[in-house]
Formats: sequence, C-alpha cells, structure tokens
Amino acid sequence: MSENLQRFTLAVLAHVALIAAWYLFVRLGDVPRFVMPSPGATLNALLEPNYDWWANMLVTGTEIFGGYFLALVVGVGLALLFTWSKALEAFFMPLLVSLNMIPKVALGPLIIVWFKYGVFPNTIMAFSICVFPILLTTARGLREIEPELLDLVRSLRGSRWQLFSKVQLPGALPYIFSGMKVAAILAVAGAIVGEFLGSDRGLGYLMLQVQVTLDTPAMFMAVLLITLLGMLLYGIVLALERLLVVKDARLE
Amino acid sequence: MTQPFIQLRGVKKIYRSGKAEHLAISDATFDVMPGDLVSLVGPSGCGKSTLLKILAGLHGHDGGEVKVGSAEHAFDPSRDVGMVFQAPLLLKWRRVLQNVLLPAEILGLPMAAARERAKDLLALVGLRGSEDKYPYELSGGMQQRAAIARALVHDPKLVLMDEPFGALDALTREKMNLELLRIWKESKKTIVFVTHGISEAVFLGTRVVVLTAGPAKMADNFGIDLPYPRTLDMKTHERFGEYTRRIYRLLGIE
Repeated sequence: MSENLQRFTLAVLAHVALIAAWYLFVRLGDVPRFVMPSPGATLNALLEPNYDWWANMLVTGTEIFGGYFLALVVGVGLALLFTWSKALEAFFMPLLVSLNMIPKVALGPLIIVWFKYGVFPNTIMAFSICVFPILLTTARGLREIEPELLDLVRSLRGSRWQLFSKVQLPGALPYIFSGMKVAAILAVAGAIVGEFLGSDRGLGYLMLQVQVTLDTPAMFMAVLLITLLGMLLYGIVLALERLLVVKDARLE
Repeated sequence: MTQPFIQLRGVKKIYRSGKAEHLAISDATFDVMPGDLVSLVGPSGCGKSTLLKILAGLHGHDGGEVKVGSAEHAFDPSRDVGMVFQAPLLLKWRRVLQNVLLPAEILGLPMAAARERAKDLLALVGLRGSEDKYPYELSGGMQQRAAIARALVHDPKLVLMDEPFGALDALTREKMNLELLRIWKESKKTIVFVTHGISEAVFLGTRVVVLTAGPAKMADNFGIDLPYPRTLDMKTHERFGEYTRRIYRLLGIE
C-alpha cells in the first residue's frame, strides 16, 4: 500500500513540476503572452464570458462520448456477430481491415458533405476513428480461446451460448478493454478534427475563433479542457476495467 | 465376471486435410475394467491424444469398435467424462471454487449440492482454504490440482487425462503422481492417463497400453503387477525395471 502511495506522490509531483517549469520558463524567459501564456494567464482565460466555456465543453463532450459509445456498441456488436457466423467474418473482416487503413481524418470533408456540419457529423467523425480498434481487438479476443478449453466444454455437451457466455466473452474482456483504451484517446482527436473542419460550436471551434485574435491563453485553456475530457473518458474506461477484469487477466 | 467398462477393438482414425490422409491411430485393441487406471504411453504423434478424444466423444473413428459403459456401469457421454489437460486451463477471471463448478454449471446440476461437492473435492486434492483464490495466486501444481477437482465435480465415471503433469517440474511431477494415486483410490474413478513418461506410465497404471508412431498403431498392452499403494521405492524394484525396459524396447530405445 505504501508503495502505491509513493507512486501516487511521484505522479502528482511530476505534474506539479511540469507546471512549475512552464511558469519559470515563461517568467524568466520573458516569453510574450501570445507565444506562450503563463499558467495564471491561461487560467484567467476562463473568466472571459464570451467564450462560453461550459456550453462549448458540453458540445465537444457530447461528440466525444456519443461517438465513443456508438463505436462501442457497433464495434462489439459486429465482433459478436462475427463469432456466430464464420462466413460473415470471412467476408467482412478483410474488408474492415482495408477500411481501417483509410485515414479517418481524410473522411472529414466527405462527412461534412453528407451530414452538413454540427454535433452529429463530428460525432460520426469520432465514431469512425474509434470503431476499428474496438472491433478488431474484440474480434481477436473472442477468437483467442484455447482449443482444449473448447474440448472441455464440448465434452460436457455445453451449448454454443454456454461456451460464449461462460468462456468466450469473459475471456475477451481484457482485449475489449485494450481496444477501448486506444479508442478513448482517438475519440477525442476525432471530435476535435471534426470541429476544425466544420462546426459552429465546441472547443475545437472556439480554438479557431480565438486563433484569429491571437488569444493564446484561451487556446491553451481549450487544449487543457479537451485533454480533461479525454482523461475523464479514459478514467471511466479504466475504472470499468478494474471493476470487470481480474487483475491477472488485464492486458497491459 | 465383471464386464469391461471400455472395450476397443481395432480402432482406427484417419485425419484428412484435402487429399492428404494421415493415419492418427490404428490397431487399438484393449479393455479397461471399471476402476482401472490405464496409462497410454508413446512418443508424440502416436495417437494417444486422439484416442483420448475418441473416448471423450469429441472425435469419431474410421474403423473398429468403441464401446464405453457396461450393463452394470451405464455411461452417459455428456455427464460421465471428466477431462484434465496438460495446461490447467482454469478461467483466470473465476475464483478456484467457481472454476471447479464450471462443469456443474454447464450440465445444469443443482448448485447448492455441487458447491458442497466442489469444496469436498478441493479438500481431497489438497486445496482446502484456496476456494476464494484466483488461479494466478496458485502455483502450477496447485492449478493442476484444481483442474483435477474440476474434472471430478460432476461425478463422472470416466476421467481422461492428457499429459496432466507434463508441464510441471520433475519434483512436483513425482509428488503429483502420488497425489493422483491417492485421489484415484478415494474417488474410485476409472482413469485413462496419457503420458510420454515411461516410468510415470508404469508407476501409475494398473495396465499400460503402448502406442508407437510412424505408422501410428498400438504396439502392446499389459497389466502391471505391482501392489497398491505404490511407493517411490518401487521404482527400483526389479519388476518395475522389466516393465520399463519392455516399453523402451517397443519404442526403439535401448
């Protein structure tokens, strides 16, 4: 337990040290505010009421969490479908691997053409970027069953459903979570890129607005808030993993 | 006169992949009496695991006859087979007791009674007090003990073991051999034990079936006339040496 405490203390210290270094760099280097604002100036940007921080954060948060949740449902759902039908998997899996090679960011202009701009297309953007890691790792996890474990269940004449619910799905959970963790980081990038390409609300949109006026503290603040949204999502995934996956089974 | 529990007559199995045919086992002819512990010994590729899968009803066969069960000992292939493999194959996310209960869950047995039985079995295999541990908290030998308890939880008449101690270190293996004999005696199961360890096969078995590879066929089948309980010093017994030499000769090692 004390070892955990020590690790935690070190983690906090590292973050505090970074902020201190940032402060000292700006202060001692006499760096202009529009190049790099101090931590204090960045925090001050929150006081600007015109920026509507809370509303913009809600918009970006909706896109990130919405796209992520959609990707989770579709990704896990498709992977499950594939385990039930080998033919379906053999047909669609190579296709999905190819589709995965598309740089999802390049789809941005198309998504705007199809869905206009706003919260929904940005959600689709976040979805498209994080559905593949979830789908591919889940499919892999469901496939990774020891043949002898299969023999064991079959020797007891266990049903397909019993094999799935007692062995396959719980066995795949660590894989699902490793895909979910990768996807959590990607979802944030997807939503922000979407906002950069076309939107009228959200933290990414706000960044473009304040860029014009060289309000760098506000840009810093926006990046910080985007990061916090990402950390929130990642934290939720991590907490769920701790709850659902036994320590030894977790994939690091 | 007691009827044999398992009767194999000229059993043959061929694996086909495309046009290629691979003879997995042939000429397998032997009986297993109820309560026997029969060792199947041979090199890799001799078909011993295939034979085990045929007995488990996981594979069909391409010739000969396989009869499991007798008038006095009826055999239900879904409930009367317990399996132990080289890897313990415990489910990482289940505690030991829950792992042992898996076959009972799959078969839909009454769970309260199964839980009591699982606890008794864990005590039998020497894992009393480990019910609530996760597999990773157990050593390899202890995991294999839990796997044995799992194979017994639904009270099967036949236990099939496929090199169960093959992955353990030599000392643990010796110890597990003695443990298995004790568990066998107390549970009164019929056991078919696959191994490539010649001395292990003789030490454990009431009977040894020798299989050879290339071509895969049964080469010999003889009773082991050494009293139970077997002790490690029997390995220096003259008769023990005769049995092992007989197997070595059949396998072409002299």
